[in-house]
Amino acid sequence: MKLRPFRTVLVLITSLIPLALLAILVFLARYSWPALTFNGWHFVTGHLWDLGNLYADPVKRHGVLVPIGANYGILVFIVGTLLTSAIALLIAIPVSIGVAVFLAEGLRSNVRVVLSFVVELLAAVPSVVYGLWGYAVLTPLVSRTIGPALRTVLGFIPFFSGSIGSGYGLLAASIVLALMVVPIIAATVRDALARVPSETKEAAYAMGATHFEVVRRAMLPAVRTNIIGACILGLGRALGETMAVLMVSGGALNYFPDNIYSPITTMASFIVSQLDSAMQDPTGMAVRSLAEIALILFIISVITNIIARLLTGTARNVSPT
Amino acid sequence: MSRPLSLSRTTQRRWWSGLGWSLAAASFVLVATPLLDILFTVFRKGFSALSFTLFTKVTNGISGGLLNAITGTLVLVSGALVFAVPVGVLAGIYLSEFGRGRFGQVVRFLDDVLAGVPSIVLGYFSYVTLVIGMGWQFSVLAGSITLALMVVPYIARFTETAFLQVPNGLREAGYALGFRELTVITRIALPLALPGILTGILFAIAISLGETAPLIYTAGWSNFLWNGRLVHEPIGYLTYVIWSFINQPYRSAHALAFAAALLVILMVLLINIGLTILVRRTRPLAGSQKR
Repeated sequence: MKLRPFRTVLVLITSLIPLALLAILVFLARYSWPALTFNGWHFVTGHLWDLGNLYADPVKRHGVLVPIGANYGILVFIVGTLLTSAIALLIAIPVSIGVAVFLAEGLRSNVRVVLSFVVELLAAVPSVVYGLWGYAVLTPLVSRTIGPALRTVLGFIPFFSGSIGSGYGLLAASIVLALMVVPIIAATVRDALARVPSETKEAAYAMGATHFEVVRRAMLPAVRTNIIGACILGLGRALGETMAVLMVSGGALNYFPDNIYSPITTMASFIVSQLDSAMQDPTGMAVRSLAEIALILFIISVITNIIARLLTGTARNVSPT
Repeated sequence: MSRPLSLSRTTQRRWWSGLGWSLAAASFVLVATPLLDILFTVFRKGFSALSFTLFTKVTNGISGGLLNAITGTLVLVSGALVFAVPVGVLAGIYLSEFGRGRFGQVVRFLDDVLAGVPSIVLGYFSYVTLVIGMGWQFSVLAGSITLALMVVPYIARFTETAFLQVPNGLREAGYALGFRELTVITRIALPLALPGILTGILFAIAISLGETAPLIYTAGWSNFLWNGRLVHEPIGYLTYVIWSFINQPYRSAHALAFAAALLVILMVLLINIGLTILVRRTRPLAGSQKR
């Protein structure tokens, strides 16, 4: 067999990509291992995050040194992550499908190019700028307009009644997340709609269907799996979003949201918000527990992405189209 | 001759269709309005905060200029490209030229998975391995590598697509002339794929310019200009100013945050307009058989 140095170099460089994923898993798991054994299942079922007394001498518990009174439970952040993502998707899915239908079928091609740019820009706005806008525009709007309106209309449901507060919280975070997820879902669905074979459309037209009925009855059912895949892709994005959520969520620690206006914290934004305090922990257990959160987020994101890719098949959000 | 009270079926169907299209258009408006408002807000507040000293002075507490952050962002993005471009381009070449087999399939799949990993997870991974593990502390090198990890999947994917668009006939012509594999790829395919690769790199720049979460735990923050050290020296960047200064209760801090946001948005906007033009100009060229 001939030695092919060029191909060998290519293979070696290419294998860096799977190796990077493996390294993330291995090193996060290795670093958080003491926290994993110390926290046990309590980590995901406990709702109290307490760094303990950082100034007293640490004590030995379960064979590891931790600050007195230290307790690491992230159930509040898990709930915050799931709630923000779920509400964001509830808003984003119908809107995205509407946008996708509008862009794919509702426009002449020269207008389509211009308006499609809007969706691309929406995906291009950095998350910290979304956060800035959320801080400067959205939270006042939520506390003065959106929140009171929602309470008037849906106030009979306990989750929508109660104090609206400052505007920072679940609702604001979900709206920002929805905005960030829409371009992902809309672009994927739009591309899928564009690939629907013309036979499918023509058959529907031949049955006497109007243009909208063709979209609604023939095209959307044909791309059903792509829609589900796109939504899961969007979910993956929402679960891991950090900065924008951090800047509008109000940063609740150790209590569960009682209505849609309550402050919350997500797992991803909690990691950033703990930057300073965790590093003051002389035992390092807080930093290791944060690594455990990162590990959980990593595993969740890998699983959601794998499911999304399998469903969307060849369509992928990385392609330059 | 009395008309039936209920609308005819055809009219009903036309109404439903009209309603459907209106909802689709409404959802577009619902999405476009916040985008326009984001741009409007950042431009209005950013322009009023813009001044000459922003580009000449470094940050001093919560006032001063942004020179350290502007240069820091450029350093970090360039640093990311130093790692990401070679790896991404070579991986893309492998995927397009030899990636039909099982290994190629797996890498292509994992490339997408890596692109979906939340950036804060990448940041914390680097914090654990590079900042603590290697003892580099908050540094240019740690920040750059983290950004590179984030954009490599995109560069690889863009490169692969660009190479796949090069007609096979050209490669075969090269082989027929007795060229080796390396020559065919670098001298025949690469020049044709170059615009596509550049598109990918521009895309990567746009993403890394706007990232915050992966840098907070790796690059840190510094009020001073970068002194050229790769490790043991934190560095400032624009997105940090946006995130951190808006939380300060001072007017000067808010002005800096909006000025930084304006600079970031302007760069991202320019790159995206460039991308749209580049993609439209290169696609028919790269796809055409005659040239």
